[in-house]
Amino acid sequence: MKWVIAALAALTSAALAEAPSRIVSVGGAATETVFALGAGETVVGVDTSSVYPEKATALPQVGYQRMLSAEGIASLKPDLVILAATAGPPAAIEQLEKLGIPMLRLQEGYNVGATIARVQQIGTALGRTSQADEICRKIQADATAIPSPRHPTARVLFVMSAGGGAPLVAGSGTAADAVITLAGAKNVGGDFSGYKQLSPEALVALDPEVVVTTSRTIKAVTSGELLPGLAQTAAGRNARLIVMDDLYLLGFGPRVGEALAEFSKKLADYRLSAGR
Amino acid sequence: MSPSRPAILFFFLILASVAVTFVSLRTGAVEVTWAEMLGGEGSTGARVFRVMRVPRALMGFLCGGALGICGAALQGLFRNPLADPALVGVSGGASLGAVGGIVFAGPLLGASSYALPVCAFLGALAATFLVQAIASQNGRVLVSTLLLAGIAVNALTGAGIGWMVYGANDSQLRDFTFWSLGSLAGTGWHSVFSSLPFVVLSTVLLIWRGRTLNALSLGESDAWHMGAPVESAKRSILVASALAVGASTAFTGTIGFIGLVAPHVVRIFCGADHRVVLPASFLVGGCLLTGADVLARIARAPAEVPVGIVVATIGAPFFVALLMRGKGQGM
Repeated sequence: MKWVIAALAALTSAALAEAPSRIVSVGGAATETVFALGAGETVVGVDTSSVYPEKATALPQVGYQRMLSAEGIASLKPDLVILAATAGPPAAIEQLEKLGIPMLRLQEGYNVGATIARVQQIGTALGRTSQADEICRKIQADATAIPSPRHPTARVLFVMSAGGGAPLVAGSGTAADAVITLAGAKNVGGDFSGYKQLSPEALVALDPEVVVTTSRTIKAVTSGELLPGLAQTAAGRNARLIVMDDLYLLGFGPRVGEALAEFSKKLADYRLSAGR
Repeated sequence: MSPSRPAILFFFLILASVAVTFVSLRTGAVEVTWAEMLGGEGSTGARVFRVMRVPRALMGFLCGGALGICGAALQGLFRNPLADPALVGVSGGASLGAVGGIVFAGPLLGASSYALPVCAFLGALAATFLVQAIASQNGRVLVSTLLLAGIAVNALTGAGIGWMVYGANDSQLRDFTFWSLGSLAGTGWHSVFSSLPFVVLSTVLLIWRGRTLNALSLGESDAWHMGAPVESAKRSILVASALAVGASTAFTGTIGFIGLVAPHVVRIFCGADHRVVLPASFLVGGCLLTGADVLARIARAPAEVPVGIVVATIGAPFFVALLMRGKGQGM
């Protein structure tokens, strides 16, 4: 009997060495990547930001990514916890370390290179390097195929509202700023950092030509204007509003190339005339 | 001879403490077997028990106890049943320290799990000593001024928090929001050992001041004429509150309500003798927080609810029920 157990144990540990079979994935882009690599059925828990693909939302929730509970994660008996760079708090991650749960901490960075590095990190940890290479090739191809905008300095403003709260405008250092810049346009909020509330006057002064927002924001904004003062800007007068999915546009996950290409195309379609 | 009311109270409180600790050690997202609790090696359950469950139960008692006993002492000092540790600036100062750390020392916070508690603790100390300094005149602490100074410093820390929140980015804002909701989730042995000396020292100091607090309840001048060490008692109560509540909530985040309610619960059962109210408030506060923490960790497992929310949701109706019952008995 004993040798049967020993053999079983050896088999399981061999399987473990090959690929993790119970993954807890923290971070929307991380979860998306695991599913894109075809390892979706090994995911046993996700955080609240993991909303794509649909299947991920049905999995057990370990909570908000910056407020993880080590015991909660441990109860899912994971053999790999994938953590986005923003995951925390440090105390919970220290506890996971003490519990001896293997963790993969992902690189940070809002650019194509960092996204490819993250896909490779996950691909290596999951033993699916060939699939990872394929995704990376596609990201690279999509990103290089971005149509160059008519007017390379189209002035773009990104706005979002979390849970129907005051609308916030993206400054420098945000994922939205990175997307706008990568698409070859200019973020008019680039002079301040992070997400900030903007007065209607300041908005008119910035005079964006195009306003970008997320589908979740559009759903949350039920009454009238998205942003007070918007009607007085070039974007408002010409009704140039781009709405895209939050995670798709800002997640810097496996669909980043696609998202960038789509966003750039929408910008280019406005045929903003040069020399304003 | 039948046992006295306080004796019965302490008997039940100790029984309740043991029961709550036991439940806290047994409950959680991970199944921990008896063998693992009694020293099993290597398995996840055994590690969860040693790394998380035990320090968490202890921290619940340390933090809840500190809030309870400091609330009791401050209510005695102010002769005001609405006083709690927040009034003398501890909570406001800790929050300001925490948000300051989150906004200005982000990289440091990621590097060490001590960084945020140290910021919060320093904030709590600074605010409490500021309150005390404002209310001091010729070496005396004026209690009426102390109350107003507390309100003023709270407004000031509130403004400081407002400025920081205004300048904070999205993730800093989220971090601070969760800190201010309070949680025992990150508790490890380091939090227990860091706050234990402060809480024990302050608890001993406050219980020792029980007699003086009884004298103070007659009014400050009467207490002084009775020969009670009024001034040193006032100072030691303030210092003890800053140290005990500051050191424990620095790790858990803001936890309200317990400091206000624990002393009332005790007084409903056995009157206002501070020699009983102080230690009993410690036990009631500890039971409340540890109990609430059990619910916080199972309510939405494997995710976790901030314990501050649970304390207020369960505690407030419980408190109202006690008040109604007390009213019925003419208390």
